[in-house]
Amino acid sequence: MNQIASLPRRGFLQVSAALGAFTLGIRPPEAAAQGAAQGTTPATAPEVNAWVVVKPDDSIIIRIARSEMGQGTLTGLAQLVAEELNADWSKVSTEYPTPGQNLARNRAWGNMSTGGSRGIRESHDYVRKGGAAARMMLVEAAAQGWGVPAAECRAANSTITHQPSGRTTTYGKVAEAAARLTPPTDIPLRDPKDWTIAGKPLPRLDTVDKTNGRQVYGADLVLPGMLNAAIRDCPVFGGKVASFDAAKVAGMPGVKKVVPVGETAVAVIADTWWRAKTALDALPVTWDNGPNAQVSSASIAEVLKAGLEAPEAAVGNRAGDARTAIAGAARRVEATYGYPFQNHATMEPMNATAVWTPERCEVWTPTQNGEAALAATSEAAGLPPGRCEVHKIHLGGGFGRRGAVHDWVRQAVEIAKQMPGTPVKLLWSREEDMLHGRYHPITQCKLTGALDADGNLTGLAMRISGQSIVAGIFPQNIRDGRDPVVFQGLSPGGEEGAFGYAIPNILIDHAMRNPHVPPGFWRGVNLNQNAVYVECFMDELAHAAGKDPLEFRRALLKNSPKHLAVLNAVAERGGWGQPAPEGRARGLAQIMGFGSYVAACAEVSVNPAGELTIHRITAATDPGHAVNPQQIAAQVEGSFVYGLSAALHGECTVAEGRIEQENFDTYPVMRMAEMPAVEAILMPSGGFWGGVGEPTIAVAAPAVLNAIFAATGKRVRQLPLKHADLRRA
Amino acid sequence: MARLNINGRVVEIAAEDDTPLLWAIREQAGLTGTKYGCGVAQCGACTVHVDGVATRSCSMPVSAFDESQKIVTIEGLSPDGSHPLQRAWVALDVPQCGYCQSGMIMAAAALLAANPKPSDADIRGEITNICRCGTYNRVQAAIKQAAGGNQANG
Repeated sequence: MNQIASLPRRGFLQVSAALGAFTLGIRPPEAAAQGAAQGTTPATAPEVNAWVVVKPDDSIIIRIARSEMGQGTLTGLAQLVAEELNADWSKVSTEYPTPGQNLARNRAWGNMSTGGSRGIRESHDYVRKGGAAARMMLVEAAAQGWGVPAAECRAANSTITHQPSGRTTTYGKVAEAAARLTPPTDIPLRDPKDWTIAGKPLPRLDTVDKTNGRQVYGADLVLPGMLNAAIRDCPVFGGKVASFDAAKVAGMPGVKKVVPVGETAVAVIADTWWRAKTALDALPVTWDNGPNAQVSSASIAEVLKAGLEAPEAAVGNRAGDARTAIAGAARRVEATYGYPFQNHATMEPMNATAVWTPERCEVWTPTQNGEAALAATSEAAGLPPGRCEVHKIHLGGGFGRRGAVHDWVRQAVEIAKQMPGTPVKLLWSREEDMLHGRYHPITQCKLTGALDADGNLTGLAMRISGQSIVAGIFPQNIRDGRDPVVFQGLSPGGEEGAFGYAIPNILIDHAMRNPHVPPGFWRGVNLNQNAVYVECFMDELAHAAGKDPLEFRRALLKNSPKHLAVLNAVAERGGWGQPAPEGRARGLAQIMGFGSYVAACAEVSVNPAGELTIHRITAATDPGHAVNPQQIAAQVEGSFVYGLSAALHGECTVAEGRIEQENFDTYPVMRMAEMPAVEAILMPSGGFWGGVGEPTIAVAAPAVLNAIFAATGKRVRQLPLKHADLRRA
Repeated sequence: MARLNINGRVVEIAAEDDTPLLWAIREQAGLTGTKYGCGVAQCGACTVHVDGVATRSCSMPVSAFDESQKIVTIEGLSPDGSHPLQRAWVALDVPQCGYCQSGMIMAAAALLAANPKPSDADIRGEITNICRCGTYNRVQAAIKQAAGGNQANG
């Protein structure tokens, strides 16, 4: 028996014993619930391999292991598979394999984690091979049917032609036979230059249902007999529940049960979510605020400030002798910057639906990492992973919040354990979501530059003080007190984020200082603040040296042609060196991160009242290979909304150990009125695979801050900008 | 018990008087296209039409409504997704995660009903819904396209 034939192809979706399987994301809740009740979705189509299902009517289902959260990876990955499959794109749809299926099939779909702009760049090779292998098997099956050599057959647009005779057949007709063949081991891939489906600006596969209300998100899920839960976790991190008085709300409409959730939280379960929330709001709870009840933003800032001068620090990039260079410099330039905590603020608050029995636990949740959600489910359920399942549901935003830590899944399972056999949907209120984020890490940075008599940069010292995401989430990955992720975009080399500037003496180090506020991977991660620190300081150095900021950078980037190319592109398109329209000024920034080279030119004005308008951003990206140019443009545009929201408004402050901002009234984000025109320049130079969901976020803030300096002469070194007084002196 | 006219059908709502219209629509009427985002009328994900006016349903109690008022949700904007805005949204591939888009489209539809040829400034002034993925420029372009304007970005 060959490998493919031995796999459990039939009944691919018939995996769930407790509740039945469930086709995700494409049906309205009523239909979804019906599917769950019936327990099966007919799955009669042959699976050619793990990635490709071809139905007799020639429709094709491509399996997607990564999570779609708006970034377009679902369409991009399908394009890569369809490209190698020579598929008729008009017949392609997609589905998610479940984490349980991945576990049962020895990770046939590889890593399901969706973060770090890695969806495509980490899996392009094996998903393309999945498509290519399926095509080879379909061709082989057709050739065997005709009794001709496969080499005489060609596949195009889901049709196979025997070239000498002109006979044709379609994928749907030979799929069952193809599925019985031994998969090939030598699988050549197409040169991206020859792509016809990948590399094209195709429309997304998931748009229509997002325009008519039919797209089902986790918060929309309805299962038969389902109850709803609202939760309140101790607002002070590290605190716990001292007591609550369930009797006070037990008689309120719809209330079924009031339950503790671990030591730190309490939840109300009711027939509807609104009734659960109403009762929760009325529930008397006494908190034990624990050891962090006196921590404030000011006390955290003091700790970080001390780290700027601490003797001990982990080194991220060292060359020559920066201290000596600085000591002997003709001119020294010094500045200290700061970057605050920020909330992801996904539009859809955290949620999960769980059903638990002593034998089995199932969870439905929007997650960026199905396998991590399964692990969290298993742990919270007290059941082995093989007796648990997670059904991934479309995400109403992820941005890193729904990836590494599945705190809401654990809560949902702990609640469901207290209602055995009953599905319970836990939905966080916006306030809960704001108070229990996994926040963008807080840091400060002191930079010192050495200029020689000609204004050349001969040394740079950069001390970052503050929080490590890795220490907060994967402490086992900290080696000798060093978190390598802190140095995103600052590394001396490598494919992920090489520091482009050639400076003879350099020292970049990190004094780790971890406040009690839990950090998380936040779209752009550490590249965001690192780009502010480096690129704003480069601007400061250029002005101190009396040089044009573009020419100053160009001289230092002479050994980094890809960094230089994107910078030159935005300078040219953004009009650098040309007069700006009356009252406007420009700023530049460049960096490498998530495997891609990015740069931006911002054009702003500041009126006499100090009000900032960002008119226009020109942004260049070299991601190596570009899988869907129009979606990359959408990601670049979107990244400026995320990055500029952070720059203009984003800040969570701490008082008495808790986050002070509870909703969008106190945690403002960018709206349409503030949105600049964005021109995305895509310049894929080939030969490597970079991410596109995050990198341009990082250049948003520094390009704007540098433009503000050009407009006003004011340096803003502490974000967000809303605190800065930009009125002309 | 309230009686609401939602998408042309009268629905009996078994909910307390102070239940927000949003949750009556989602949990009693079973129409989940209208989203919860903030609960305090900040984000606009819950936008529906009440007699043609864009209304943030999270902050209006059901007791404020009776069946004489015509409530329209995203599901009722057009029978088949053929509203000019829906077609423009598809043509320009506007949504990313999509969670805010029902509210965006409903806000835009109310804008076009009142102002069929909005300027860029009109659109930027009137559409105050929050999108975290960052679809604003495509939203603006799609509204212009639906209004018969050009597709130019920005």
